[in-house]
Amino acid sequence: MPLLKDGKEITDIWTFVDDEAELSPGGCFTVSLGRFLSEQDMLLARNEDVGVRLGPADDPELLKPVLDRLNLIEVEFPKYTDGRGYSIANLLRRRFGYEGELRAVGEVLRDQLGFMERAGFDQVLMQAADAEAKYAAATSEFTEVYQANADDRATIFERRHGAREQ
Amino acid sequence: MYRYDQFDEQLVRERAAQFRGQVERRLSGELKEDHFKPLRLQNGVYLQLHAYMLRVAIPYGQLSSRKMRQLAMIADTYDKGYGHFTTRQNIQYNWVALKNIPDVLDKLADVEMHAIQTSGNCIRNTTSDHLAGANADELEDPRPWCEIIRQWSTIHPEFAFLPRKFKIAVTAAAPDRAAIKVHDIGLLMKPNANGEVGFEVFVGGGLGRTPHVGVSVRDWVSKGELLSYLEAIMRVYNRFGRRDNKFKARIKILVNETGPEEFTRLVEEEFAAQGPKEKVVLPDEEVARIMAYFAPPEFEDLPEVSQAFEREKARNEGFARWARINLRAHRTPGYASVHISLKPQGVAPGDATGEQMRVMADLAEQYGMDDVRVAHEQDIVLPHVKMDDLPAVYAKLVEHRLATANAGLITDLIACPGLDYCNLANARSISVANDIQAEFADADFEEEIGKLHVNISGCINACGHHHVGHIGVLGVDKKGEEFYQITLGGRADEKAAIGDIAGPGLRHEEVRPAFRRVIDKYLEVRNGKSETFIEVLERLGQEPFKEALYASA
Repeated sequence: MPLLKDGKEITDIWTFVDDEAELSPGGCFTVSLGRFLSEQDMLLARNEDVGVRLGPADDPELLKPVLDRLNLIEVEFPKYTDGRGYSIANLLRRRFGYEGELRAVGEVLRDQLGFMERAGFDQVLMQAADAEAKYAAATSEFTEVYQANADDRATIFERRHGAREQ
Repeated sequence: MYRYDQFDEQLVRERAAQFRGQVERRLSGELKEDHFKPLRLQNGVYLQLHAYMLRVAIPYGQLSSRKMRQLAMIADTYDKGYGHFTTRQNIQYNWVALKNIPDVLDKLADVEMHAIQTSGNCIRNTTSDHLAGANADELEDPRPWCEIIRQWSTIHPEFAFLPRKFKIAVTAAAPDRAAIKVHDIGLLMKPNANGEVGFEVFVGGGLGRTPHVGVSVRDWVSKGELLSYLEAIMRVYNRFGRRDNKFKARIKILVNETGPEEFTRLVEEEFAAQGPKEKVVLPDEEVARIMAYFAPPEFEDLPEVSQAFEREKARNEGFARWARINLRAHRTPGYASVHISLKPQGVAPGDATGEQMRVMADLAEQYGMDDVRVAHEQDIVLPHVKMDDLPAVYAKLVEHRLATANAGLITDLIACPGLDYCNLANARSISVANDIQAEFADADFEEEIGKLHVNISGCINACGHHHVGHIGVLGVDKKGEEFYQITLGGRADEKAAIGDIAGPGLRHEEVRPAFRRVIDKYLEVRNGKSETFIEVLERLGQEPFKEALYASA
């Protein structure tokens, strides 16, 4: 499965570890929110190689105290029609100021990439071939937008009155 | 009326191009139906019983003659010569080929129209009072706020994949003609203690399987904070609305399972937590820009009484009746709002031919200040017509079978397409509607009965809004036979209420005589003509009507 960062394919150095599986020493891991919260001290002591995978029903606010110590947050889209991940991403980026890597995983399809980019996902783990071309096409379909989002673009409401394109 | 600027135009064009690409990928097989479905729905394309159906947005029900003519052209070129106006002030075409839909969207864009978010689990077309800007009883014109909501909700990046569809309605008049309390969000414009106009916010109204009247979650929110407050509601719904069962996914279920107080607390908490960068920025000059498009047209200084109108009334009985029933008072002396009924005998309620659409466009252009509205009752309204011109307007309407004098009466009923067109339906609706229209075909008798709303749905999804009909009819399927459940006492106005089921279902052929018995009972027990059906029902309760309903002839 190709992993894109800012639309370019990169090597995935991260592994998601199931709640029951043991963590091997070294390497970059993500764990579920539940596991992270119960083993937080130990996990954060492992230097800079820990991340959290949030399910759609998880409350991202629980990560607020440790956001500056996380290098990756994955948000799971169990089905591409489940839009909760967009609210989670907005909360992390716009309300809690998370600046680390934010990755969409699960059923990530070409026609939702534009929404994901706007919500502040800098990474997407896609299921399709030819991912870079698809990403480029999907994220350039609209020149202007009516709403603000994590991508911080000026809205059409503002652009009409002199706000600069960003 | 609002006009697109370069930004609106570009976005609608880009959306049409995006969907053209998606249709191409679907037709080539690259995109599976499973993955295509929400995309087509969010562009108004349903797969119906016989063909694809395209639902075109008519924001807050307002059209110009140019737009109406384009809708007529689409009906003639891409459909079978007609279109169907809906209870959400939109228009549907039932026979459009999928491969032609991208072309239709381009034609719509040519006249500043689109089909964006007319279906799917997203924020739908915002609806409003069809007499906005014309009636005497509104606080101010709600349409600028509908337009602002339209733009804010169009391709909203956070709320494109909600648990279920989401409908917003706005009104600014005490008599609620927009049914705001049976919408996911209903907005009532009203002043606060300081006289500043803002919005009371109702949430969780809706019909379908589990009907609910919306509850007030906020007594007043300012215009400047409206969109931020809507975002707070939407986020609570997007995060916490049920996704495990499509029939329990509407916001009304969240409000009721959470409890209105707790739901309100969640919304207020989310609203309070919004940082300055999360607030929706709506510059004052942008509000002023949009409001300017809705400035009242230039009305002439006319006498209260029109001689031409009075003369024609005295001379022409048909005109006099139509004037009594289908005209609504206008705020400006010498003007009236005209209801054009799309409910003549024997036609699917809400249907109009391409030819009829062109006639209505011509009338709007010649006599109606180029303004046409779609009412949620599935009728068309010309909001601003000079009383002096009414005889000419009427004559033209008569020629094209558009002068049925039944606005607000028993045969002006709302019905969904039912089993004849819809793949969800359990029973026919249109034939029941036609039966009732036939029973009350006598115009004198119908006028004697007076104001009465009948709503007919062909299945539990309630597209005909049977729950809020003074008399509601719900078609159900029992072992392969159609039965019709009758509800009494529903209403969609400012006293919104869900009707009560009167008893066991009736066979198709029993509905017509049962309606007659209920109406005869009403005529027998009312305190004079001024006491309407719904008022008698409120005074006496269901019992006498139930008895009449089930009394065999």
